[in-house]
Amino acid sequence: MPETIVEKAPTPADAASLLVLRDVGKDYGTAGKKFVAVEKISLAVRPGEFVCLLGPSGCGKSTLLRIVAGLQATSSGTVLYRGRPLDGVNPYATIVFQTFALYPWLTVQENVEVALKAKGVPPGERHPRALKLIDTVGLDGFESAYPRELSGGMRQKVGFARAMAVEPELLCLDEPFSALDVLSAEALRGELMELWLNRSIPTKAILMVTHNIEEAVLMADRIVVMAKDPGRIVTEMPVALRHPRRRKDTAFQAIVDQVYAAVAGKPRAEAEALGVRPGQVGRIRRLPAARLNALAGLLEKLASEGGRQDLYRLSAELVMELDDMLPVVEAGEILGLATVQEGDLLLTPLGQAYADASILTRKELLAGRALRLPMISWIYETLQQDDDQRVAEEYFLDKLRPELAHLAEKELDIAISWGRHAELFAFDDDTDELYLEK
Amino acid sequence: MKIFHFSPALPRTPAFTAGDGVILLGLAALLYAGGRLALHAPAVVRGPEISLALPALPWYALLSTGRMAVAYALSLIFSLVYGYAAARNRTAGRVLMPLLDVLQSVPILSFLPVVLLSLSAVLPQNVAAELAAIILILTSQAWNMTFSVYQSMTTVPGELREAAAIFRLDPWLRFRTLELPFATLGLVWNSMMSWAGGWFFLMAAEIFSVGARDFRLPGLGAYLQVAANRGDLRAVLAGVGTLVLVIVLLDQLAWRPILAWADRFKLEMTAGEAPPESWFHDLLSRAWIVERVGERLWEPFNERLDHRLHERLAARAEARSEERRGPSRSVVVAAILLLLATLYGGWCAAQALRGLPAAAWGRIGLGLLATFGRVAVALTFALLWTIPVGVAIGTSRRLAAILQPVVQVIASVPATALFPILLLALLRLRGGLNLAAILLMLMGTQWYLLFNVIAGASAIPQDLRYTTDLLRLSSWDRWRTLILPALFPYLVTGAITASGGAWNASIVAEQVEFGGQTHATRGVGAIIAQATNAGDYHLLLAGTLALIVTVVSINRTFWRWLYRVARDRYRME
Repeated sequence: MPETIVEKAPTPADAASLLVLRDVGKDYGTAGKKFVAVEKISLAVRPGEFVCLLGPSGCGKSTLLRIVAGLQATSSGTVLYRGRPLDGVNPYATIVFQTFALYPWLTVQENVEVALKAKGVPPGERHPRALKLIDTVGLDGFESAYPRELSGGMRQKVGFARAMAVEPELLCLDEPFSALDVLSAEALRGELMELWLNRSIPTKAILMVTHNIEEAVLMADRIVVMAKDPGRIVTEMPVALRHPRRRKDTAFQAIVDQVYAAVAGKPRAEAEALGVRPGQVGRIRRLPAARLNALAGLLEKLASEGGRQDLYRLSAELVMELDDMLPVVEAGEILGLATVQEGDLLLTPLGQAYADASILTRKELLAGRALRLPMISWIYETLQQDDDQRVAEEYFLDKLRPELAHLAEKELDIAISWGRHAELFAFDDDTDELYLEK
Repeated sequence: MKIFHFSPALPRTPAFTAGDGVILLGLAALLYAGGRLALHAPAVVRGPEISLALPALPWYALLSTGRMAVAYALSLIFSLVYGYAAARNRTAGRVLMPLLDVLQSVPILSFLPVVLLSLSAVLPQNVAAELAAIILILTSQAWNMTFSVYQSMTTVPGELREAAAIFRLDPWLRFRTLELPFATLGLVWNSMMSWAGGWFFLMAAEIFSVGARDFRLPGLGAYLQVAANRGDLRAVLAGVGTLVLVIVLLDQLAWRPILAWADRFKLEMTAGEAPPESWFHDLLSRAWIVERVGERLWEPFNERLDHRLHERLAARAEARSEERRGPSRSVVVAAILLLLATLYGGWCAAQALRGLPAAAWGRIGLGLLATFGRVAVALTFALLWTIPVGVAIGTSRRLAAILQPVVQVIASVPATALFPILLLALLRLRGGLNLAAILLMLMGTQWYLLFNVIAGASAIPQDLRYTTDLLRLSSWDRWRTLILPALFPYLVTGAITASGGAWNASIVAEQVEFGGQTHATRGVGAIIAQATNAGDYHLLLAGTLALIVTVVSINRTFWRWLYRVARDRYRME
């Protein structure tokens, strides 16, 4: 499969495109340093396309979907729909939400009807239309049921029926299957694909956000891979397989492997990978939201597999979602205990030593590695310089907030959990202070 | 077992802010204006003739319930409008929420004398007394309901809100299908609390009288007071019986059905937990007539309303997007005028207070100390008995099944209604009024604590209890390591509400007219009553303000600190 890296807006395609994003950025926070959710996003969606936005959590894919739907404003760049700039809620788009977003106090029928009512459709026309939609998604007989009486899969069917009620040109799906059990999710995917491929719904294009690689390869015509810090598009990959696609096919597996490699990313230069301390010039690299004992588990597993394993297979064997897996992998990378190559995870010599070591040696090794991280060494040295070797949590948060905004507390929490694990420093909950472990 | 447990929403801001100063100044200005108006209050106010005949009881019950209903309806409207405005508009929220925070910790009953005097200066006295009673109940009911509405409106789950936006629900439809339903459950619980609390204030208003000014109102409260005054035990029993009957009937025919109905507004998607039940609700929902009215009248009416408002709002939304948004000029002008009026009123109040002799301030200080002592004693006794009893009920299903209904009925009788009966029994003793005042505070506050302790005890996870059993801890260690820490947040929540109630009680309890005589004990409540009687408006203003500032300060320092400790240290997750 050829990789096409899109740097700039695809200009000639604009005219034919339903949706065009040009250099779209979104940041939060006030003056001073800001937190960047997404940066320089350029993307086009053409009629007849099913596009997947794929990436780890925190890469801004959901933010991007909300920008397309007009629920969030952009900080920079332009969003064109049918060639016209978007202002406010996108009247041609609708969203199917991860948590269904049904009104629990309304029946199935009322939930669907409310979308029509908001458009000013009179009751006489509304009732039959809603009933027909409920029928289409296979929920006839459940019109008068309340959402809480339904299973997750059935609730999401109501979500789809409601979305189709407004006959959207662009259907936005925000991880619509991730809150469902495996079987319901698979069934619902199949039903959606049937409606979409048979053109039984007036929808012209679908934009789906997911962190499930197989799901993306199963459904999409094109996968847009995103990365975080800041949220950006790293690559786009077309999926030219014919429907219905089968997971066991070698072609399917090959694409999954490729996407995996793209998501896990290429190794970065060390300085860039580690980032800088708060206050220094440059970007703070946020610590991955991983627990270090999970990393220990992963390294042991890897060692037992001979020090090298396919990431995709590893996640399947550990029954870990991509979103849970990637932070652990990243932790291994920045600590220098593992590296990613071509979709495989490799144990470094240090990682091998770690896996073989006793608990005590592991702690020492980890402490040494962790101190290479600017965030950890900054906290450690700040505490060392203090007379009591105790510093209020608020001091660190104050330094972090200008650059990380609302993520500062989460970042410090991760740093503390790492510091504790490596027995470098700990946190006193009674006084809200960090202190040096003796 | 989830009953009457709510946590007052304390914002994160610490202690006093400049905003609080402005609000207190505003209160001072308001009190001053009331005091000025009260200068023209008639010196003698004749109260109503209360008949002790049994046939009069239903009429009195109706009058009392009517006052409650009017006040509650007003509270409901107030809470929806205020809560919605504060939640939707950021600027409004920044002004309205701190205001609410101060108002909810002010001892409401302390306003009663000023309100009564000033209203009776401009209105016929029976109208003034009715209005004062309704204002009093309203101010006792509205705050927690408003907080509940505000909290609901600001915590609507993001995706539900986004769904409303993406499907382009107009503001009315959004309010009707999303915000109001989401706020309903909290509003119903808080309404029940407010309603129960309202009786306390209604009874206090119905029996309020100082010296030659008799502000009583015909109703159950006055009936009980006259009955106790005359030592007519039969009438006392009949009055209490009627009161309990009214409260139980309202619970069965109004609140339980409403609670059962409101269960549909639960957000949880799982069926779980036994829903609240109500035989009356079941009866109604099965009734043919209710269904018909719903189909023929209610639904078409709603449809029409939605349609009308949809057209109106859609047109307005288009017009709106043209113009710049921001506070309109009239709002800014009104705000400035209000601020100026506050400053002027505050200055006048300060002038009036400066004229007060040092001795009067000394009296007020001593009075505050005496009342504080009573509040502390009442709270201590309440804690002493409610903790063991509450834990016993909360940890034993059998005991709960037996005692819960009994406790609920007893707790529903407002302490102020029983106060005259207490006086009948205690006034003969030495220091009887002092004892009666403490007992009134105790009776008015212990239930909040008891219900919170029960809720806390039943929330202790079974695993922790088993672990404690396995560790074979001695019973003291068991209390120290498990029960007391687990109860702590609940105790603090209960005690905050309870101490507020106790301060309120001082206004009616420290000086009473009984058996044709005036009895008084030392306390800030007595000072306020005496000032009301003597027409000493400077003393009245000073006493009321001192009480308000004291209570608000205690809330802002002591209780807030405990609340924070409870939240940070003893929260179960």
